[in-house]
Amino acid sequence: MMHLLNMEIFQLAQIFQLATTLASGLAELMPSSGTGKAILASILLGASCGMLGCFVVVRRMALMGDAVSHAVLPGVVAGLVWSVDRNPFVIFTLASISGILGAGVVQMLMKTTRLKSDAALGIVLAVFFAAGVVWQSKEKSATAGVLHFLYGNASSIDQNDLLMMLVTSVLIAVVVWLLLRPLLVVSFDAAYAMSLGYPVKFLNALFYTLLSFSVVVALQAVGVILVSAMLITPAATAYLLTDRFKPMLLWSMTFGILSGLAGCWVSMSYNKMSTGSVIALAATAFFALFYFVAPRHGILVKYIRVAKRKSRTHRENLLKEIYSILERKEFARESVSLKSLSERRRQTLEATQKDALILQKYALADYSEENRSLQLSEKGWRRAMEIVRNHRLWELYLTRQADYAEDHVHDDAEKIEHVLGAEIVEMLERDLDFPEVDPHGKPIPRPQSEVVFVEPKKRASQLVNPNKN
Amino acid sequence: MYSLTLPWEALGISAVWLVLMAFMVALPCSQVGSFLILRRMSLVGDAISHSVLPGIVIAFLFTGDLSSPWLIIGAGIAGLLVTIFIEMIHVGTRVKSDAATGIAFTALFALGVLLMQLYGGSKVDLDPDCVLYGQLDHILEYEAVSIAGLDVPRPLVTMTAVAFFTLTTMFVFYRVLVLSTFDAGLAASYGYKPVMVHYGMMFVLSIVVVAAFQSVGAILVIALLILPGAFAYMCTHKLPVMLSLAAGHALLSAVLGLYIYAWFDCNLAGAVVLAGAALLVLAWLFGPVDGQLWKWKRSLGEVEKPDDLIL
Repeated sequence: MMHLLNMEIFQLAQIFQLATTLASGLAELMPSSGTGKAILASILLGASCGMLGCFVVVRRMALMGDAVSHAVLPGVVAGLVWSVDRNPFVIFTLASISGILGAGVVQMLMKTTRLKSDAALGIVLAVFFAAGVVWQSKEKSATAGVLHFLYGNASSIDQNDLLMMLVTSVLIAVVVWLLLRPLLVVSFDAAYAMSLGYPVKFLNALFYTLLSFSVVVALQAVGVILVSAMLITPAATAYLLTDRFKPMLLWSMTFGILSGLAGCWVSMSYNKMSTGSVIALAATAFFALFYFVAPRHGILVKYIRVAKRKSRTHRENLLKEIYSILERKEFARESVSLKSLSERRRQTLEATQKDALILQKYALADYSEENRSLQLSEKGWRRAMEIVRNHRLWELYLTRQADYAEDHVHDDAEKIEHVLGAEIVEMLERDLDFPEVDPHGKPIPRPQSEVVFVEPKKRASQLVNPNKN
Repeated sequence: MYSLTLPWEALGISAVWLVLMAFMVALPCSQVGSFLILRRMSLVGDAISHSVLPGIVIAFLFTGDLSSPWLIIGAGIAGLLVTIFIEMIHVGTRVKSDAATGIAFTALFALGVLLMQLYGGSKVDLDPDCVLYGQLDHILEYEAVSIAGLDVPRPLVTMTAVAFFTLTTMFVFYRVLVLSTFDAGLAASYGYKPVMVHYGMMFVLSIVVVAAFQSVGAILVIALLILPGAFAYMCTHKLPVMLSLAAGHALLSAVLGLYIYAWFDCNLAGAVVLAGAALLVLAWLFGPVDGQLWKWKRSLGEVEKPDDLIL
C-alpha cells in the first residue's frame, strides 16, 4: 500500500517535472526585463480580477475574494514546505486547492446551518488563515518567502509566474466569453437559472475555481489582503458607471489595468512602497472620483437631481396655491395679489416676492411690480391644473379604491401630485370612471381638454367644467 | 498523562498568564461578535480589524510608544471612519454593503501599510509580520506589574481593563442592544436611536479589536470575533444562553490553544483559533440546533423537533 502511494506520488512528481520543463520553455517567451514583467503582470491581473470582480459584486459576495485569498495560505505554506525547489506550479496547484476548499466550506456552512454568508465567510477566512499561520510557524526556515505572498511584491514575479498569470487570464477570459449568459443568470437569480435547466452547482463550482486561480496568481503581486481591492474596487467603480453587464466588464478591466500599472510604476520608482498598497489606493482613487462624478449614479448628479426636483416641487406648490386662491374666488379674477399668496403660504411678503420672481423666470406667471400681483401664463395655468388634478384624483383614488378615510388622504396626495405621469393619470381616470369632483366635493380640473387660450374668465370656468358652456 | 500536564510544567506560571491573556482577548470579542453575527455584520469586524492599522500607525508615529493610549484612540477613530465610509458608499450609491466594506477596508489597510513602510522602517516594533500573525506569547517579554504579590505582565492588565470596559458597556446597554439588533423599528419607536447603537457598537468593536490587534493580529482577531458566536448560535436559540456559551467557548479555546501551543511549539494565537475551530466543528456535528447529527436523525423521524426553538 505504502509502496503504491509512493509510486503515485512519484508519478505525480514526474508529471509536474514534465509540465515544469514544458512551461519553463514557454516561460522563456515572457518578457524578462523588470519593467516588461511588471507591465504585463499588471495588465493580466487587472483584466482577470476585473472580470471576475464584476460577478462577485453583482452576486453580493464581494468578500468571497477576501475569504478565498486568506484561505489559500495553508496551500501556499504546503507548497513552500513540500516543494523543496519551490516549484511555482506546485505552489499554484496547492494554493488553488486550498482556496477552492475554502469556497466550498463557505457554501457548505451557508447551506447546512443558520449562519449567513457574512459569518460563513469570516469563519473560513480566519480559520484557514490560522491553519496556515500555525503551520508556517512550525516551518519557519522552509517558508521564509511567505511574507511576499502576504503583502505582495511585484519585483519578485518571475517568468514562470507571468506564464501562469497569462494562462489563468486567458482561461478566465475564454470561460467568461463562452459562459457569460449562464454565469450571469446564476449570479443574479440562482432559482431562475435552475428553472432554465442550467447546471447551477457546476457553474458555481467553476466560478469559484476561476476565482481561486485568479486570487492565487494575484497574491504575489498584491498580497493576501489587497487582492480584495483588485477584485472589488474596479468592479464597483464600473458598477457606478453603467447599468449593463458587458460595458461593466470592460470598464472594470480598464480600471483594474490602470490601477495595476499605477501600482507598478510607483512601487518601482519608490522602492519602499509595496505594489499591492499602491494598486489598492489607485483603485480607490478611481472609485472616489466616480463616486462623485459618475454620470448617473454619482453623488453630485444625485445631489443636483434632488435639488432640481425640490425646486420643481416648490414651483408646482406655488402654482397650486395660486390656483386654489383663484378657485376660492370662483375664478372671478385672473390675477392673485402678492398679499393673498403670502397669507396663504404663511410667509413674509419679501419671500413671496422672491417666489413670484421665480415663477416669472420659468415663464409660469407674469409678475407686475406696480400692482404687486401675479397672473399665471398659459403654461403656468396648465401646470397648475395638472397638479391640482393629480392631487384630487389621488385623493379620490385613495378614498374609493384603497379605503382611506377622507381626512387621511391629503398628505399622501401632497407628495404624489408631483410625480404622477400622464399614463398613470389616464389609468386613474379610467379606473375612477372619469370623476368630476374629489372626495371633498371640489371639482377636478381638466387641463387636457382642448381649450383655446382666449378670455381668461371664460377659460377658467371652461377648463374646470367644460360641459357647462 | 504527561501531555496533559505538559504546558503547566514546562511554562510554569507563564502558562497561567498566557491562558488568561488569550481568554481576556477572546472574551470581549466573543460577546461583541455574537451581536455582530445576529446583526449579519460579521465582516464589519473584518473591515475594522484591517482599517485600524492607519490609526495605529499614525498615533504610533506621533508618540513613538506602542503601549500609548493614543494608539487605542487612533484606532477607534479609524474604526469609526471605516464604518462611516461604508455607510457613505452604500447609502449614497447603488454599490451594496458587502462591496462597500471591501472598498473601504482595503483602502485604509493599504494606507496603513504604506505609512508603515514609509515611516515605520526604523521602528522595529511595528513590523508587518506582527500585523498579520500577532504574537500572543510575546506578552511575557514585557515588564511585569506587581499585583497582590504576583508579577502580572502589563499587556494582560491592559487587556483585562478593556475586557472589563466592554462587558460593562454591553451590560449597561444590554436592553437597547438586544432591541435594536432584533427589531430596529421597535427600538426607534421606544425612543432609542438604532443609528447611535450602531456607531456605539462600532466604537466598542474598534477598541476591542485594537486591544486584541497586538496579541493576535489583524486577521486572527476575526476568528475570535466570529467563532464563539457561531459556535453558540449552532447550539441555542436563546440569546442569554448564546452569550454564555460564547464566553465558554472563548475560555475553552484559550485553554486548548495553550495545549496545542505547548505540544507543537507553534504560534499561540493561531493555536487558540484552531482550537476554537475544532470546537465549532463539534458544534456543527452535535450542536442541538444546527448539529448535522440531529438534523439527520430528524430527517429519519427518530427525534421530534424540539418546540423551544423560538427565541
